[in-house]
Amino acid sequence: MQAEGTNSAIEFQNVCYRVDSTQVLAGLSLSVARGETLVLLGRSGSGKTTTLKLVNRLVSPTSGEVFVNGERNDQVDVIRLRRGIGYVIQEVGLFPHFTIERNIGLVPRIEGWSEERIRERVRELLQLVGLGAEIAARYPHQLSGGQRQRVGVARALAADPEILLMDEPFGALDPLTRDELQREFLGLQQRLHKTVVFVTHDLREALRLGSRIALMEAGKLVTVLAPQEFLKSSDPWASAYVQAFGDGLESAANRGTS
Amino acid sequence: MNVLRFLTQNRGQVLELAGEHLWLVGWSTLFAMLIGIPLGILIAHRKRWNGPVLTGANIIQTIPSLALFGFLLPVPWLGERSDRLAILALTLYALLPIIRNTYAGIRGVDAAVVEAGRGMGLTESQLLLQVELPLAISVILSGVRIAVVVSVGLATIAAAIGAGGLGEFIFRGLAMVDNRVILAGAIPAAMLALLADFGVGWIERRLKPR
Repeated sequence: MQAEGTNSAIEFQNVCYRVDSTQVLAGLSLSVARGETLVLLGRSGSGKTTTLKLVNRLVSPTSGEVFVNGERNDQVDVIRLRRGIGYVIQEVGLFPHFTIERNIGLVPRIEGWSEERIRERVRELLQLVGLGAEIAARYPHQLSGGQRQRVGVARALAADPEILLMDEPFGALDPLTRDELQREFLGLQQRLHKTVVFVTHDLREALRLGSRIALMEAGKLVTVLAPQEFLKSSDPWASAYVQAFGDGLESAANRGTS
Repeated sequence: MNVLRFLTQNRGQVLELAGEHLWLVGWSTLFAMLIGIPLGILIAHRKRWNGPVLTGANIIQTIPSLALFGFLLPVPWLGERSDRLAILALTLYALLPIIRNTYAGIRGVDAAVVEAGRGMGLTESQLLLQVELPLAISVILSGVRIAVVVSVGLATIAAAIGAGGLGEFIFRGLAMVDNRVILAGAIPAAMLALLADFGVGWIERRLKPR
């Protein structure tokens, strides 16, 4: 195993991914530092979700390597790999036939935790994501969109993974709820210091939540910048983004870094 | 009514034939489930097998039942006992609805749910047993329900090859040109079909996920 990039939690080395003749990702090299929130920003089809799925091997690269915690992720057991990585998606994907408690406790349960410990953990996580304990016995369809996404985050955190992958987790929420969840995410991240890879097409969200922003376009990584730098960047794609989103971005960037 | 009197007068035989009928339907449905559900699961995950399996089951369905019973008659081990043969034929007919519904049920599970499960590190068998099958169970069971009802009807034809069942009355009545005797087979068979439909429907409702 190569020791290069020892301190990065995730590292992509010259990764290409193609489906049939379509080049989805071309020559992607990127490293994610431990404890940072790296935002993958780009429009639909730019390859950000594919990049995310390379980490937990829902997608395997056509060429190139992906390292997770210093190890090539195709040389470790895929189930172990995934259980050590939290995964949150826009559609949430809660199991409709399980109560909230079983949804959150699923990975701990198959990992063989005791019932007592699982219950304790579920209570702790519900509190962490700002939900009442009474919700544990309910089913997903009895919850609002915002509550479901909170449960999604709690479920991803259940086995205390070091890495969290989030694929437009707040994309389907109304603006007020989204704002609330973004704020809570920042608070959570200040306490937990997980390594987060966060996919979004919303620049305001990227500026607010990211410690760095990786801008993608047509399967290529355009640039990686801190939020403040992003606003001043002379890169044509970055400034196109800034222009498209208009005023009020400064405040988003400031909130993100403070 | 004449039929009613005939039925009560011959109730011993009616019950015996109904028992045989259930025997044929019960075993064939069980075998069809044991073969059809795994096949349905397989083709839901391996798209390549999808065409051949469903086409095969469809072709079986198009063979006229009387002809299928006839084809199987000369087969050595099967031909010895007509109930074996009838069970095999009924199993083959029951496959299509069971395979098709298992396939549809599993494909119908929300892709986001499966993806979330896989991303969380569930193994393929955990995904199947804890997520896909529980969510598909009511669709699968409605396939079983269709299979059972069709089998009850088809099993009447098994009497033509001497496998017994309520078809005995129907064929006897046809030979005797006596509607009473035909109805003495047909009415209990219809009742069995309704009962089976209700029974599987009840299980289906009990297992339905919220």
